[in-house]
Amino acid sequence: MTVSITPQNTSIDFIDKLYELSGESVNLCMQCGTCTATCPMSEEMDLNPRKVMHLAQFGLLEMLADKNSYWKCLSCHSCTVRCPRGIDIAKVMEALRQLVLRTNKNFIEPSQIPAEIIKEYPQIAMVAGFRKMTS
Amino acid sequence: MKISYYPGCTLKTKAKNLETSAIASMEALGVEVEELDRWNCCGAVYSLSDDDLIHQVAPVRNLIRAKEQGADKLVTICSMCYNTLARANLVMKENEEKRDTINSFMDDEIDYFGEVEVVHLLTYLKEQIGWDKIREKVKNPLKDFKLAPYYGCTLQRPNTVGIEPLGSFEIMTELLESLGANVLDFSASDTCCGSYQVIGNQDLSQTASAKILGTACASGIEALATSCPLCEFNLGKQQGELLKQELIPRSVPTFYFTQLLALALGVDDDACKFELNDSSTVEYLKSKNYP
Repeated sequence: MTVSITPQNTSIDFIDKLYELSGESVNLCMQCGTCTATCPMSEEMDLNPRKVMHLAQFGLLEMLADKNSYWKCLSCHSCTVRCPRGIDIAKVMEALRQLVLRTNKNFIEPSQIPAEIIKEYPQIAMVAGFRKMTS
Repeated sequence: MKISYYPGCTLKTKAKNLETSAIASMEALGVEVEELDRWNCCGAVYSLSDDDLIHQVAPVRNLIRAKEQGADKLVTICSMCYNTLARANLVMKENEEKRDTINSFMDDEIDYFGEVEVVHLLTYLKEQIGWDKIREKVKNPLKDFKLAPYYGCTLQRPNTVGIEPLGSFEIMTELLESLGANVLDFSASDTCCGSYQVIGNQDLSQTASAKILGTACASGIEALATSCPLCEFNLGKQQGELLKQELIPRSVPTFYFTQLLALALGVDDDACKFELNDSSTVEYLKSKNYP
């Protein structure tokens, strides 16, 4: 993947905002790919966790905006506990979700969930799913 | 002995089998279970945003209830409740700035400083009851059961609240062995089942669950033991669909560890409520000559 990095598509504010939300510095990442190797969802993602971290390091907000990676994240913390640089990557993924959710956008629409799912699914699935994917 | 117990929402609704089998087992082991008065939902997931303190209020309020009632330990069974309560407790214990903000926001409550210890039932069984006592009390050993522990994510990660170190599955292994079962190595014991993605992105949770169950089949594991109602839903109740789509070669009955404990201790069958699990659990027990 070739990426052009220009003053127009990079944003220092974006890196600062990620730090404010997650408390994690994406600049610590050394691109070893351990997160991707351990992530159960990396094959399903547009960009694997290592690439997400790489784009975030350059403040490439727009390139990350339409990617599904952080919506496929399960918050399972497999990456977090194995990162040799000690980055809590699950918190970075959460920050990327929050940047969207805090603009009053939902990733899933509770009103569209079929009645039989609401009847059958465990409460923790509902509460956790709505916490992670609705504003 | 008496324990202060936090049930959480799912154990009162879709996972009644987890609660009733746990309480009956604890009674059989001589432990009185006292449910926390006026508890509320813990929020199911710990808030991962640093500036988001409002979502810590729900779990902390439960810890305040426990402190008010004079409990030094609060025992939970649901893995997700355990993780959320234990992580919120760490914030109150270790982060002075956040603790002060949360305490002053809840000005109708007593101040809380992380005094209550959040304990998972598995840890309680190991440390306060012990495997020897459990072995003595077993009436129906689970002989010929080839089982594996399934920890999922929230019992072990992050390591600040994990019930044991990453990659170690000793507690549940030792429990199942005390009950007389054969416990097999299971490399997918801490691989995520797909979790909350089952809401809205069901294909993702099915892919994740099929991989785990496929690994269990390839390892000769007959059935799994878990402590999380969401893992039980994704791995157990969704199995019929996975079989129909031929994503897994055979069923892998998924039990709560408390049901296997209750079964081995010979407590009243009504407490296990296997009818609330996937139907393969009942068939599996029949194949082992259990009623």
